Amino acid sequence: MNSIFPRRALLWLAPLTFLAVFFFYPFFRILFFSFDPSTLNPSNLAFSFHVLLFTFYQAILSTLLTLLIGLPSAYLFAHFEFRGKSLLRALTAVPFMLPTVVVAAGFNALLGPRGWVNLGLANLFARLHHSLSPSPFIPFIGTLGAILLAHVFYNTTIVIRIVGNALSRLDPKLEQVARSLGADPPRVWWKVILPLLRPSLLAASLLVFLFDFTSFGVILLLGGPRFATLEVEIYVQALQLFNLPLAALLSLIQLLCTLTFSILYTRTLTYSTVQTAPRSPVTHKAQNVLDKIFVTSLIFLLSALFVLPMLALPLRSVSRLDADRGDRAQLQTGFTTDYYTELFINRNNSIFYVPPFQAAINSLGYAVATVLLSLLLGLPAASALAKPGRLEKILDPILILPLGASAVTLGLGFILAFGRLLTYPWLVPLAHTLVALPFVIRTLQPALASIPDRLRQAAASLGASPFRAWQTVDWPILRRATLSAATFAFTISLGEFGATALLARPEYPTIPVAIYRFLSQPGGLNYGQAMAMATLLMTLTTAGILLIEKLRLPGAGEF
Amino acid sequence: MKRILYFALSIFLLVSCAPKPSGPQTLTVMTHDSFAATDTVIQSFEQANNAKVTFIKSGDAGAALNKAILSKDAPLADVFYGVDNTFLSRALTADIYVPYNSPALKNIPVEFQLDPSHRALPVDYGDVCINYDKAYFASHNLAVPQSLEDLIKPAYKGLLVVENPATSSPGLAFLLATVKHFGDPNYIGYWKDLRANGLVVVDGWETAYYTNFSGSSGKGPQPMVVSYGTSPAAEVMFASTPLSDSPTASILGPDTCFRQIEFVGILKGTRERALAEKFVDFMLSEKFQADMPAQMFVYPVVPNVALPDAFVKYSQTAPQPAVLSPDDIAQNRDAWIQAWTDAVLH
Repeated sequence: MNSIFPRRALLWLAPLTFLAVFFFYPFFRILFFSFDPSTLNPSNLAFSFHVLLFTFYQAILSTLLTLLIGLPSAYLFAHFEFRGKSLLRALTAVPFMLPTVVVAAGFNALLGPRGWVNLGLANLFARLHHSLSPSPFIPFIGTLGAILLAHVFYNTTIVIRIVGNALSRLDPKLEQVARSLGADPPRVWWKVILPLLRPSLLAASLLVFLFDFTSFGVILLLGGPRFATLEVEIYVQALQLFNLPLAALLSLIQLLCTLTFSILYTRTLTYSTVQTAPRSPVTHKAQNVLDKIFVTSLIFLLSALFVLPMLALPLRSVSRLDADRGDRAQLQTGFTTDYYTELFINRNNSIFYVPPFQAAINSLGYAVATVLLSLLLGLPAASALAKPGRLEKILDPILILPLGASAVTLGLGFILAFGRLLTYPWLVPLAHTLVALPFVIRTLQPALASIPDRLRQAAASLGASPFRAWQTVDWPILRRATLSAATFAFTISLGEFGATALLARPEYPTIPVAIYRFLSQPGGLNYGQAMAMATLLMTLTTAGILLIEKLRLPGAGEF
Repeated sequence: MKRILYFALSIFLLVSCAPKPSGPQTLTVMTHDSFAATDTVIQSFEQANNAKVTFIKSGDAGAALNKAILSKDAPLADVFYGVDNTFLSRALTADIYVPYNSPALKNIPVEFQLDPSHRALPVDYGDVCINYDKAYFASHNLAVPQSLEDLIKPAYKGLLVVENPATSSPGLAFLLATVKHFGDPNYIGYWKDLRANGLVVVDGWETAYYTNFSGSSGKGPQPMVVSYGTSPAAEVMFASTPLSDSPTASILGPDTCFRQIEFVGILKGTRERALAEKFVDFMLSEKFQADMPAQMFVYPVVPNVALPDAFVKYSQTAPQPAVLSPDDIAQNRDAWIQAWTDAVLH
């Protein structure tokens, strides 16, 4: 056992080097460059505290709401079989990669001042009162509610995937034993299932919380200028007002908060994951009435939450959108495929024109590279974390930092640290990996920890080589988690905009970058093409996720 | 599995190796996200000078400049295009440019040459104006407002959407127009009146134009938006069905528009000084100047350059645009934005 330390160090070598070069070096370079002790005056501190308070407030609310929707959904996907399950599961992951501008357009078409809901209400009201009110009946855009709903929309998939994985790994015998010993269902949940779910529940909550805590686009676009999180304020201070010292102070506060959460998380996590025998998940159709009501209403809710807002994009991508000159309340509904054909024409002979196929190839290339890289770096780190020693307890919180650190600050750090290297396209998947890595590690680690040592020992005593033992014992248990991890990395990379816009050369734009380009000029054709491009992105991601989940990797026989 | 891995690996290698800059002379041009040009126009420069031009887009006008300043000790590029008169003083104070007295400057009216040291050379200009939805005003029998003062009349309650000047370049330009018109500190009173009259504020141009403005394809609730004088021309040129007239137009009253002038300069520390000078000359040449309107929806600073038809017909420049000196803006910008934030948002 004394050889354990060097082996451990070896596991950590690649992930830590990666983080040191591409996260800590650029991040601290910009902090040292900008930080100025004189910003620590009362007015700046009071301002920062005020922003921090709102950041916390909305993040806690958003996380609780996400868990409220996510936990029953995780249970639904882990335990029940129903028609369209894999499609619905894939669709819940689609928002994760949609650019905020597109999500805002979707929500706006549904719930905006002239969205379908409010137009419907207005028509109803007009019919009752023979007058049209100019103000929407349900204010949505620009409210805290819009922020919370968008966060739930974006992050529920994290809970579904991470907690759902753990749920489907649980041995049904445990539940049966508890029941046979006389425990009623709530007691079984409270005493047996929840404690077993604790690691994945904590991991999912932390990831969701950090996403909400560092929220940027949702706050700007759906919350409007009256709301500001730390990240929004860092953006305004650093990139608009060029007040780098204040931006550095805010970044430091955000980083310290993230570090605190991560340490708290690591402390709370007891690492006592119950080891379970490898088995394929048991799912069944809803049998009794209660189950049927649960399944049906949840499918309905998830469809309303995940499908309805996004339906606006494909619909708008095939309808004429020119500013009409007729009745203001009517949305023109003429059908057209112009926007799709227009995508293939470089009408303006622009030097930056990219055919949609090429943009898709760029996006896919970056995404595949991100999946490979993050699995390559994530597996060793997750293996080390599965059997934590003293080293792991220190390193664990550090691994999560990139997720909670300010992306704006990191982007500026990249400029200082890498200079002209920024024009090399391989920086894009590296930046995406920074975001994907915490997800990959958090997804793999509970699965790795759940593998019973006695199985490996049994395999070894029966004469299996280490690789053979890994192949027959570890891999079947890891397979599902690896696929989930790959899905996370894939969607994160496809949808990432901030780093891509900074790092990708304009000649090699990804689909999200192309969408933003269309939306930055007036004209019905531009808007329509943005919607068409967004529809392509959604289709591509849904197909990608379905493909990854359908992938039957060799050596992973079903039990 | 192996095949998938090999495939993925080869894609990775392709992505990582293929587009490395190569060749003896590469000119890197840093600019904002709105930059665009016709491929053959850039190619003609590349061929004439046996060079490759690489572009880096670094966010909106403000963000791009700040990134250029941040990297001034080890510049990312040789040329930086896209600083406008609202940020000019910041660029000059940060001293990111080397002077270049281009021979092409003699063709450019002096009113655009705001930097006497010739570090920042004017390239194009355009007006930030309020666009209005023609159909809305026609169908509601409502007169189109003619001045900033008109906008606070009860008839226009809730009809105007503007961008937050802290996060948007047109938003800042419109704030500056009101500062010019009403003076400091009276402009704050005006904004309070606007707020009382149902002013809608959003984060940026994309949201304002496509989510809130009723004249765009987004079909929002407000028939007036802070946009550009050239936007009505863009609506015609990028219409999904051929339009005989623009659905929008600009309000061209006294100081309702703010004139933005964009500049180019050679970054200190460039390794391609001679080529950079040629590129600056090229941007001021008739070929590039004539290419800009249809690509970036701005006006060339060189007079008598032919404009696209739609530009002549539907694009408008203000007869009396609001103008403030770059120094004045530099000294007060942050204070004006802060005062605006307190008056309008809090």
